Amino acid sequence: MTDTHPMPPAPVAAPIEKVSIIVSKGSLEGIYPALIMANGARNEGIEANLFFTFFGMDAVHKERHDHIKVATVGNPGLHVPTMVGGIPGASALMTKYMEKQIEKLDFPGIAEFIDMIHDTGAGLYACLASVDLFGMERDDLIDELDDIITVGEFYDMAAGGQIIFT
Amino acid sequence: MPTQTLAGTSVEVNDEGFFVDAEQWTKEMAPEIAEDIGVPTPLTDRHWTVIDLMRKEYFDKGTGPTVRKISKLSDVTTKELFVLFPKGPAKLAAMVAGIPKPKGCI
Repeated sequence: MTDTHPMPPAPVAAPIEKVSIIVSKGSLEGIYPALIMANGARNEGIEANLFFTFFGMDAVHKERHDHIKVATVGNPGLHVPTMVGGIPGASALMTKYMEKQIEKLDFPGIAEFIDMIHDTGAGLYACLASVDLFGMERDDLIDELDDIITVGEFYDMAAGGQIIFT
Repeated sequence: MPTQTLAGTSVEVNDEGFFVDAEQWTKEMAPEIAEDIGVPTPLTDRHWTVIDLMRKEYFDKGTGPTVRKISKLSDVTTKELFVLFPKGPAKLAAMVAGIPKPKGCI
């Protein structure tokens, strides 16, 4: 007996149309990759929204977004012993070094990068629960921020796309 | 390698539709490519500012510029770039300019 069943067609990978990227950490290494992902998405013609929550909100905080630091403690990938990373000034020093590298490559700093991402048409949103938790006001956050939204509104916005949590 | 006929001439493109040989491109092909990939036509002087820059950078540096580079090297802002070439400015501008896809993450 011969098997006459045709082979099912190989699934064609559907292109990504939309990404919603959640930024929950306030360190340079927590924020920067998310910004690269969002900016890269827009440059590929993919719709992108950034949702800042918890410490990630520092990235859109007027007074803090220019002072984002590298975590030198509890960061094994940095290859600096935690005790050394904990010495006062270690994080500032490492941040300076990283910022120099970023500048050398002609990459934007965090504040400039967020401006740029806003100009690409990506949405920038802060999490209402975090704003309440940290006792922040709308005025504490940068003007480019589109809105402060609830988690429900976030899911509505993310519907039909991919969600990335960093 | 697929070929495509533009402005009456057959050119080689890769699977994504980027030119394999930027020398095969002529200005007359640009409007036709633009229409094919959803870039608003007719092409304006502002489009041409970007297209000329894409080619110049490609021939100088071996790769076309990213969105950030385009806005730094010209007076075309990021916002305007997304109006001129809505679905991915560097990528679409490279296609219209007949150069390979620009490499770069930012």
